[in-house]
Amino acid sequence: MTRIDAKFADLKAANKKAFVAYVMAGDPDFDTSLELVKGLPAAGVDVIELGLPFTDPMADGPTIQLAGQRALEAGMTLQRTLDLARAFREEDNTTPIVLMGYYNPIYSRGVETFLKDAKDAGIDGLIVVDLPPEEDSELCIPAQEAGLNFIRLATPTTDDKRLPRVLQNTSGFVYYVSITGITGAAEAEATNVGPEVARIKASTDLPVIVGFGINTPEKAKGIASVADGAVVGSAIVSQIGAGKPVGEVLSFVKSLSDGAHSA
Amino acid sequence: MAEDLFNSFMNGPDEQGRFGIFGGRFVSETLMPLILSLEEEYDRAKDDPTFWAEMDDLWKHYVGRPSPLYFAERLTNHLGGAKIYLKRDELNHTGAHKVNNVLGQILLARRMGKTRIIAETGAGQHGVATATVCAKFGLKCVVYMGAHDVKRQAPNVFRMRLLGAEVIPVTSGRGTLKDAMNDALRDWVTNVHDTFYCIGTVAGPHPYPAMVRDFQSIIGKEVRWQLAEQEGEGRLPDTVIAAIGGGSNAMGLFYPFLDDKSVNIIGVEAGGKGVDEKMQHCASLTGGRPGVLHGNRTYLLQDDDGQILEGFSISAGLDYPGIGPEHAWLHDIGRAEYVSITDREALEAFQLSCAMEGIIPALEPSHALAHVMKIAPDLPKDHIIVMNMCGRGDKDIFTVARHLGFDMSDTEEGRDTD
Repeated sequence: MTRIDAKFADLKAANKKAFVAYVMAGDPDFDTSLELVKGLPAAGVDVIELGLPFTDPMADGPTIQLAGQRALEAGMTLQRTLDLARAFREEDNTTPIVLMGYYNPIYSRGVETFLKDAKDAGIDGLIVVDLPPEEDSELCIPAQEAGLNFIRLATPTTDDKRLPRVLQNTSGFVYYVSITGITGAAEAEATNVGPEVARIKASTDLPVIVGFGINTPEKAKGIASVADGAVVGSAIVSQIGAGKPVGEVLSFVKSLSDGAHSA
Repeated sequence: MAEDLFNSFMNGPDEQGRFGIFGGRFVSETLMPLILSLEEEYDRAKDDPTFWAEMDDLWKHYVGRPSPLYFAERLTNHLGGAKIYLKRDELNHTGAHKVNNVLGQILLARRMGKTRIIAETGAGQHGVATATVCAKFGLKCVVYMGAHDVKRQAPNVFRMRLLGAEVIPVTSGRGTLKDAMNDALRDWVTNVHDTFYCIGTVAGPHPYPAMVRDFQSIIGKEVRWQLAEQEGEGRLPDTVIAAIGGGSNAMGLFYPFLDDKSVNIIGVEAGGKGVDEKMQHCASLTGGRPGVLHGNRTYLLQDDDGQILEGFSISAGLDYPGIGPEHAWLHDIGRAEYVSITDREALEAFQLSCAMEGIIPALEPSHALAHVMKIAPDLPKDHIIVMNMCGRGDKDIFTVARHLGFDMSDTEEGRDTD
């Protein structure tokens, strides 16, 4: 059982929805980013999605693209991202960390080495945007064997015929992408998302968390009420991009988590 | 026969879309169902004689195929060795090989009921070809182009706009061809219901590399019968040479000859200021290593952390940090040889083509010609080289003028090009 599985078991026992926050590792620099990540659990974050910076984030909108550029310019690498996770783990051994990014930095390091290092650093799960089920042998299956969850994205284009394939090797939770589009773009509507979440839940016992297009406490509440939880990324990252101090960003995160937890 | 089939180099990709370890389908889940339906549609079209009848008709009457296979006599005499033929794909409608592939993809888009076409472009040749075919069929066309390329290829930007396309300058990332491809993918993921992504080269997720290759293979197929017509039945080229950015014109020339073991195959990458100069080039095979970008595994220019690096070349059509996966495979198994040519060498070849043959080449095939200039003098006179003259140079004259120190700033055309 990973920290992710344990966290969702706890939330379920408490009849509580999950709040998941995404931040880019090393944005705007290593120390600020670490301070922010360390503050997330106290701001009500149940699961941390830690962005792995990449030069070519094809599924991300401008907010997350720029965050990745800031991090890379400040010297962030895959190794430094794992260092950041390890530093967080020195103080917190229960909040799950999901590493979210693109395949090339991982492939470049070597899958086997990466999985060992990620596990050692206290990473619990992976979301790799450009690895669909068709490429499961690349990283998904080795990751599960190494004891890491591999969390899959399901989207509005994932029809009933395809859904079983998407769910097949997924573990931890299912991340439902509420819109066809990139991060930080259109706004998610709970009325559209509810039936989709129900459709996925009919085929899996895993928690279904919804992300993309959630940017206010009200939206977080609305989405969390029709799913097992909500993810906010771009709205948080844009505050970092605007140069807000860590304390202010964490207050915003707290308002979002309160929203999701009130669902 | 069974053994021949087993040994064929023409059977790729496999059902996972792989050429050896290269290729594949590394895309987000939102795009995956569409990629699969595109593959189905292409498989159906490939075996449908009416699809190819329509292609043949358009190739003949709209594009002007077959393009001539031209014996470059003065160039041959000047270099004093191998007999040099130029495959004149620069004479196609829109001035480059790009239209061969665009026609195929637009016909597929129509079969799939897609009404909006998006494309990425570097030098602008693929963008112009896409805008052209969209105009012909009355389809909405959006072209993503790096902001830097929009500046250095102003004539093509204007052409696309005349043809009714919307040209979107891409400023994300570094504003280059790879960023244009990123933004095209972002558009696609957002508008997946009505949009067809017309990729300009033999890269991207399966089935694009194979599909684009198949559409461009008309180049090599024509060379086979044209050379036989001019040199005698059964005569094959001894060497085929083409320039490579993503590698579509090269794949189109090479593919029909992959199983002819007597044919040397040479791809020419853009060496920029020199492959030894740190990242002042875009020679993915000679200066990169395998990685995953834009839907496929291939050789990429990247740093030790797997971050993608920018290519550098005088030619906007070649400065892509990757290369088609089939080239990566042909390189690894040794079926094709890949070399690089510097900006300076390409400029010399550009001028030689103008002076010797009265052909103003694009900077892309100038790279291929520069390699012909290197090898032809040492080859016997009965050695036949076929080089793909894949694009004409009108779009590049401002760049070349600047490099040669010719001031065109007072001319109407030169005023706003840089």
